[in-house]
Amino acid sequence: MELAFYIAGAVAVLSTILMLTRLNIVHALLYLIVSLLAVAVVFYVLGAPFVAALEVIVYAGAIMVLFVFVVMMLNLGKHSVEVERQWLTPGIWTGPVLLAGVLLIEVVYLMRGVPAASGSGAVDPKAVGTALFGPYLIGVDLASMLLLAGLVGAYHVGFRKSEKSGNRTGDAT
Amino acid sequence: MTEVAMRNGLVLAGILFSLGLTSLLVRRNLIFVLMSLEVMLNAAGLAFVVAGARWHQADGQIMFLFILAMAAAEVAVGLALAVEIYRRFKSLDVDKLSNMKG
Repeated sequence: MELAFYIAGAVAVLSTILMLTRLNIVHALLYLIVSLLAVAVVFYVLGAPFVAALEVIVYAGAIMVLFVFVVMMLNLGKHSVEVERQWLTPGIWTGPVLLAGVLLIEVVYLMRGVPAASGSGAVDPKAVGTALFGPYLIGVDLASMLLLAGLVGAYHVGFRKSEKSGNRTGDAT
Repeated sequence: MTEVAMRNGLVLAGILFSLGLTSLLVRRNLIFVLMSLEVMLNAAGLAFVVAGARWHQADGQIMFLFILAMAAAEVAVGLALAVEIYRRFKSLDVDKLSNMKG
């Protein structure tokens, strides 16, 4: 169990270092996704499976989809096809695939080996839910209001009058 | 969860946070700055979860959920601003945004 923690932490640190040394944004995004998945494995090892699942779904899923969407939307130049071909060369995705493969082996080992992850410090999702909708209910309300404000703010910033936008009439934001 | 494992988890959170801070200070691309912010928020959440696992409380994970919601709202507004800045300046270089006239 200790070894799993160290391997996942090493993968997280390594992929973060590789992320911040990339020059291309999409390459860095690949390494950032691997880093978030490694932190999710760390959460699972620490005995927080609910937070590990949320890390994969929300961080590595939704927020990274936002990043990829914006990067792809900004890359509307004439070199787009050529750049796309350059991104798909095998040298680009072997690094993230290798690091993610280490994480996959580790998760399979953890799922098969020990049923309850690190039984000493484990907090099950039921306790989290009970506390979340008990004493922390006002926090949940505030978080929902914050998300609504973020939605309205993002729409307001991305909104553009139709006469000012030149070639991009339909506002995809 | 022993004392040693908690210390190691906090060390990992510190390493990730300082890596994100370094990237935030070094990189000049706005998307990279937002990604570094994600790494730093993630490291802070890791510290919360490690502390929650140390004392067998659910509060650390709940704080991580709030950090998650905050990061989602922040990245939505930040990326909308990045798109607007790219439309206006045709660049994502933060050095070109140093004059905020008008």
